[in-house]
Amino acid sequence: MPNSGTAPHPSLPLTPEARAWLDTALTEIATAPTTIRTLFPAVRRHCGRAPLPDGRTVDEAVRALLLAALPLRDQALTDEVGALHRYGDPAEQRAVLRALPRLDPEGTGRFLDLVRQTLRGNDNTLIEAALGPYAAAHLPADEYRQAVLKCVFCEIPLARVAGLDDRADAELARMLGDFASERTAAGRPVPEDIAPFLHPFTTSGTTTSGTTIHGTE
Amino acid sequence: MRIFDPHIHMTSRTTDDYEAMHAAGVRAVVEPAFWLGQPRTSPETFYDYFDSLLGWEPYRAAQFGIQHFCTIALNPKEANDPRCLPVLDELPRYLAKDRVVAVGEIGYDSMTKEEDEVLARQLQLAVEHGLPALVHTPHRDKAAGTRRTLDVVRESGIAPELVVLDHLNELTVGMVLDSGCWAGFSVYPKTKMSEDRMVRILREHGLDRVMVNSAADWGSSDPLKTRKTGLAMLADGFTADDVDRVLWRNPVAFYDQSGRLDLDDTDGEPKPDDTSSFEGNSIRRGGE
Ligand SMILES: [Zn+2]
Repeated sequence: MPNSGTAPHPSLPLTPEARAWLDTALTEIATAPTTIRTLFPAVRRHCGRAPLPDGRTVDEAVRALLLAALPLRDQALTDEVGALHRYGDPAEQRAVLRALPRLDPEGTGRFLDLVRQTLRGNDNTLIEAALGPYAAAHLPADEYRQAVLKCVFCEIPLARVAGLDDRADAELARMLGDFASERTAAGRPVPEDIAPFLHPFTTSGTTTSGTTIHGTE
Repeated sequence: MRIFDPHIHMTSRTTDDYEAMHAAGVRAVVEPAFWLGQPRTSPETFYDYFDSLLGWEPYRAAQFGIQHFCTIALNPKEANDPRCLPVLDELPRYLAKDRVVAVGEIGYDSMTKEEDEVLARQLQLAVEHGLPALVHTPHRDKAAGTRRTLDVVRESGIAPELVVLDHLNELTVGMVLDSGCWAGFSVYPKTKMSEDRMVRILREHGLDRVMVNSAADWGSSDPLKTRKTGLAMLADGFTADDVDRVLWRNPVAFYDQSGRLDLDDTDGEPKPDDTSSFEGNSIRRGGE
């Protein structure tokens, strides 16, 4: 993606030094893409990590700009982004995961493996970052349901999981219902945020375990 | 008592340790890359270990209100195994990370020619990356090993104030402080150093450029030795400010030379006399 001469980041709260560093970095990446390998980990030290109104941090937003500046396509882009994720620390990995929709505008799902790797891990901040719109658009139904259930176990609020309203289905309702009855049997509380994903389907009679969800009422 | 443990191998410790450390006042730690007991046989296993020092362990520490940083290096013992040497070529990738606050642990184990080369090369990496160096002194033949280490440090051209020599004792502290390097002490049950000996050393050599750590690991060790040393200092008549200097301000000053010691505000940090466990963890969720 070519970097037009105009600043693509006017709203970011950057010092003049940070802005100059970013401008140079974007130009370098556009002309020599492998420079992103040393620029990407250095973002926070140059640009800071202040929170932004949109919930991101400055370093995450800047890293998204660096990724968007990569003049690569197809397998070359997949490889470079995959390596940044593989060798990234958690902050770098979160930035990659959140940038996936923009890196795959055709919606090929080519980065789905990064989402899957993350979902096998135990870092809630990474799991949350992985369950954005990219996962919602591309994860197969069984994997998406397992991911939602994992969030419930890890106490990640379901409001942070993208696409739930569209992708919740009868099978997910069954899984959450079983989870709720397990919790109730153990005398443990059931998270309230699963309730909306139980009811629409249990009334339709499509599940066999609708009677097990009384613990959540 | 707020405590910064500048050398502890949390990978080998349990969550109970994290809880006890937090209750004791520990708010930040540095975990040096080291050997794991079982020898490694390939470079790749180091990379997973380094990733863990940068990813999982800081995440785990943050759940208990402790900020976790690390140092990265090929350790001296495994520097002797040619199968492990390719790690040196991958170190720059890790030394670029935000939570890496030094190159370490480097140094001597058996003082071989291979260890010489790997130590010199990694001191060079510290210079190139503008990072401090955490240098372990050997457990066997310590005084001679410390002298030889100081020679290599001098030849490397790294500024002495960027170097800490660790696991020192009564016989090695003088030459290290004279060299301009920092002096690290591992208060470790049975071996290395005890609280009472540590207090006597502080009385004799002062508090300048001195750091105290627990070096707790997979051996018989105690992650609360930092606090116990602080208590022994108070019992000996040192002030609470002296304790804060040794257990917090000194290690912060040393690692801050990396420019990467991005400590979160320690709002609600424990007072010098606050021994109880501490609620209201101010570390934001996420532990990055
Ligand atoms: Zn150690």
